[in-house]
Amino acid sequence: MKNAIFFGALTIAGLAAGAAAAGTLDDVKARGKLNCGVSTGVAGFAQPDANGEWQGFDVAVCRAVAAAVLGDATAIEFVPTTGKTRFTALASGEIDMLARNTTWTFSRDVDLKFEFVGVNYYDGQGFLAPKELGVTSAKDLDGATICIQTGTTTELNLADYFRVNNIAYEPVPIETNAEALQQLGAGACDSYTTDASGLAASRATFENSADWVILPEIISKEPLGPLVRHGDSEWGDVVRWTLNALIAAEELGVTSANMADLASAPGDNPEINRMLGTEGTLGEMLGLDADWAQKAIGVAGNYGEIFEKNIGENTPIGLARGLNAQWTEGGLLYAPPFR
Amino acid sequence: MSNTHSDTVRFVRETMLTEQAPPITAAGPVGWARANLFDGWFNSALTIISLVLIYMVLAAILPWVISPTWNAGSLTECREILVAAGSVGEHGASGACWGVIRERWLQLLFGFYPSELYWRPILAFLLTGAALAPVLFSGASRKLFYVTAAIPFVMPWLLWGGTIWGPISIAVGFVIGFFANRYLSDVFGSLGGIIAGVALALIWWLFLSGSVADVLSGIIPIGIEPVASRDFGGFMLSITIGLVAIGLSLPLGIVLALGRQSDLLIVKAICVGFIEFIRGVPLITLLFVASTLLNIFLPPGTNFDIILRVLIMVTLFAAAYMAEVIRGGLAALPRGQYEGADSLGLDYWQSQRLIIMPQALKISIPGIVSTFIGVFKDTTLVSIIGLLDPLGLSNGIRADTNWNGIVWELYGFIALLFFVFCFSMSRYSMYLERKLKTTN
Amino acid sequence: MTTVTDPPKAAFRLSMLIYDTRYRSMTIQVIALIGFMLLAAFIINNTIQNLANLGKEPDFGFLSEPAGYDINQRLIEYTSQSTHLRAAFVGLLNTLVVAVLGCITATVLGVIIGVLRLSSNWLVARIMTVYVEMFRNVPVLLWIVFIMAILIETLPAPRAFRGDDPEATMKLFDTVAVTNRGVYIPEPLFSRGLGDFSVFGAFEVSWDLLAIIAVLVAGFWAARRVKLNADATQEATGVRPTTWHMRLALMFGPVLFLLVALGFHLGYPELKGFNFAGGTHMRNSLIALWLALSLYTAAFIAEIVRAGIMAISKGQSEAAFALGLRPNRTMNLVILPQALRVIIPPLISNYLNLTKNSSLAIAVGYMDITGTLGGITLNQTGRELETLLLLMLVYLIISLSISAVMNWYNNSVKLVER
Repeated sequence: MKNAIFFGALTIAGLAAGAAAAGTLDDVKARGKLNCGVSTGVAGFAQPDANGEWQGFDVAVCRAVAAAVLGDATAIEFVPTTGKTRFTALASGEIDMLARNTTWTFSRDVDLKFEFVGVNYYDGQGFLAPKELGVTSAKDLDGATICIQTGTTTELNLADYFRVNNIAYEPVPIETNAEALQQLGAGACDSYTTDASGLAASRATFENSADWVILPEIISKEPLGPLVRHGDSEWGDVVRWTLNALIAAEELGVTSANMADLASAPGDNPEINRMLGTEGTLGEMLGLDADWAQKAIGVAGNYGEIFEKNIGENTPIGLARGLNAQWTEGGLLYAPPFR
Repeated sequence: MSNTHSDTVRFVRETMLTEQAPPITAAGPVGWARANLFDGWFNSALTIISLVLIYMVLAAILPWVISPTWNAGSLTECREILVAAGSVGEHGASGACWGVIRERWLQLLFGFYPSELYWRPILAFLLTGAALAPVLFSGASRKLFYVTAAIPFVMPWLLWGGTIWGPISIAVGFVIGFFANRYLSDVFGSLGGIIAGVALALIWWLFLSGSVADVLSGIIPIGIEPVASRDFGGFMLSITIGLVAIGLSLPLGIVLALGRQSDLLIVKAICVGFIEFIRGVPLITLLFVASTLLNIFLPPGTNFDIILRVLIMVTLFAAAYMAEVIRGGLAALPRGQYEGADSLGLDYWQSQRLIIMPQALKISIPGIVSTFIGVFKDTTLVSIIGLLDPLGLSNGIRADTNWNGIVWELYGFIALLFFVFCFSMSRYSMYLERKLKTTN
Repeated sequence: MTTVTDPPKAAFRLSMLIYDTRYRSMTIQVIALIGFMLLAAFIINNTIQNLANLGKEPDFGFLSEPAGYDINQRLIEYTSQSTHLRAAFVGLLNTLVVAVLGCITATVLGVIIGVLRLSSNWLVARIMTVYVEMFRNVPVLLWIVFIMAILIETLPAPRAFRGDDPEATMKLFDTVAVTNRGVYIPEPLFSRGLGDFSVFGAFEVSWDLLAIIAVLVAGFWAARRVKLNADATQEATGVRPTTWHMRLALMFGPVLFLLVALGFHLGYPELKGFNFAGGTHMRNSLIALWLALSLYTAAFIAEIVRAGIMAISKGQSEAAFALGLRPNRTMNLVILPQALRVIIPPLISNYLNLTKNSSLAIAVGYMDITGTLGGITLNQTGRELETLLLLMLVYLIISLSISAVMNWYNNSVKLVER
């Protein structure tokens, strides 16, 4: 009897707390800081520099959201997460959003109760191998030793690919990218498999990057994108449309250079005006300021600028746009209209 | 049978011979070497093998360590410097790349703690050292005990910053508990006094202290810039986790040890269960609990950051080991001490406070120090759950395009720092054991 | 006139629960129990609540679903289509393998180093001191990753063995290949093997292995009978028959015969494709973990052994000599039994530590139970509560069994005081 009352009291307390925790957007505003989960270190995507400042492509998404919500791209706490801790960190509310090359899959979306708000990089799993190994296709890797990062979907894709093609391999599970490169460089692995973007980034860090080849097979689809907790659509919308604003800005030709002009002297493109808040009330609908998208784009420019600065062809990572070009240029990036 | 002596002995020396230097083969370096290094064929063989071993190790390591790469800004630069200096091995340039240590050593020590605030952790750890002095060295001034009493509140304040009223209001809780115990134990007996003290302090902490601190900091805002625990990293993080865990686990360990020694069956069962459970599972599983499950055990909506969660689990872990150390101290006390306390008419808590614990804790200090060394070394495990302790930071540094491929320099530097810290503590604990042995 | 009255037989009052020592302990225990149960209820209630909010009610059903990932070192049959439970079991066996190997090596190394630390040779004693301090004062996780890095960076890759004039060659008359992917050693093969049989349809056990163990045990038992017979003869007649050749033959003869009958031969590793094929492959991760754990624990064991030897006073051996015992009998009958009483309990707790430290395998990708059940399975299924509970339970069972052995030993050698 006593216990029943006790449980009852706790349940009420729990419900109250649950209701209070529902609005992530309000939480973030009240806190004045955005907690953003990133990886512990992937060159070009998220890595701390010598001053402890986080840099990279995924980091830029976090900064854009912080700018859109709080008006300050530095009002942000980066929480480094590993493959194991990332989902629990998000589920437990420790972080508000996760931007850590995470593949959008059915079970993560449905079973693990997360909501992927979009795709910021279309990737696929590939293989990196030294040229002197003499392989030209992943199917030549029969009996090879292959390094994989554990706790990722790549592990399952690899097992499936080799089973379907009926070839043998020896998996070497690795905890971090740095260790994988060490093993690959020393010849302890014949090949390293992860997302092709990661492979390009890794190849760039080798002393003689021309001695390494990325095999033509892409054995999986890896749409990478930021995600939030399931069931908080307001917050999901904020992150989704911040990402869309970055993408749409590139399509519409809004850059960090001309944005101020476009905002102060509205042009005759109504979509740009609506996005930048000079026309309509899109920001208000999101629960943000009217100039939320200006702030987001103002941090580091539009999607294309962020891409070029962090992982583009002029960086050591040297990734081509490929699938990640705008739909108008043969890619898959297609932001829904701002209307 | 007269004087046979003079008949049989023709000569008796009556003066001492002047002392002569021992033969060269038995004294000096040669003699020492003969006695200690070349005493028989087996020892000689051992000595020669050892010398060869030492030579091989030094020949492998020294040329690598002595490397003019202190100012390099990336691994490529290191390689260029080494090639220019002519130290080229079979796999290209050979030699350490110390530039990475020059560039990142502050990060390895302090993590992302704001660099203009480095004085705060340094001061906090120095004060902790001063606070420990009267406990650890009997020669130190007794006045330092005031520092010891204050440090549990000052150290977190210095590290995390924020308003000064927070730690003060926590401290007030202890004062309330203390006085409640002192005055109410006359009314309710000593057990009742303790319960009343704990209850009043809890009421203060849970319901009053927060609002009082808020009000006070509104009126008199004294504070220093707050630092989020996420910015903690490097050795600072290891030391913080080690010190906090040991500091908090000491009272917890005493309670657990007393519980385990007590005659109360249920209390004993709970304590034994807790201790054996914690000691039976690896720390890494407890850290997994901290990183993935702890929030689930708490009321929905509660949330606090990963470093605090890790601190909780490491404290529980250390408490189980601490309890065993203190239990050893309790068991080592002669039976007569307990009986003497009983015969004086002291009740359980009085005898524990006045007779048993002071002695048992003194005997346990070497054990406590080695528990601390163990916990300090185990803090490296937090890198596995993504915290940026030195080992975790080394992964981040290796992901930097400038330093990709660096291995030994970072591990060597981290190992050296741990070694210096742990070695000096273990020497201290040995000194203490010797001292305790002579006084007993 | 005074009469001695009985103490008043007071009726039970509520205040006696606090003031009467007969009832007070009961009161405290009941309070403690209620407090404990409230705490447990609080935690369990929160957990249920939280999991319900997350939509993840506790469910162990995932254990029977296909794991989907591959494990490189497996002692029992396992494919990526096997269940998560089986993956956990593969991991458990790997944990036990590295723990047992580590305990044996650490003991051997520790005893040697502990004895050498007491050596009269100054240089050797110093080197051993440096060794002990170096390993004891640096975290074991650092040693594990350090040794892994050494193995990867300094040993030749398999492709260095290729070509007419290879950079690296196989060791020990071309039977052992030391590469940076691990060491390939010859494996025992049976050309006329008896095959396997299956236990509960889950595990395959080799008849050959069972037969060899059975024959070995029988041989040793027979040899022991012969020795006991010889002892009896010596007691009765004072003459001891020479039995060593017979005992030796009994111990090893049948096994040799069996091996020949089974067609025993060694399979040597040879370079095929990307890797060496044939032979037993001891992976880098296993070697790094094994070496690091043994070297680290050996430093602690060395100190225990040294303390154990120093704890036996010189008078003990002198007294034994005075009784006319020969040196080896003195060692067996006087010194060792006493030293072991000091050495064994901390030794076993070090075995316990080694086993728990083996969970750091995750740092080098050795697939122990923390790597399979607490690593990939946890990650792929998102069942943190269930996997961690199982994981802790497994470690608890291992630890408690080791503690049980320790308690049994302690009781059996306890000084019986008068």
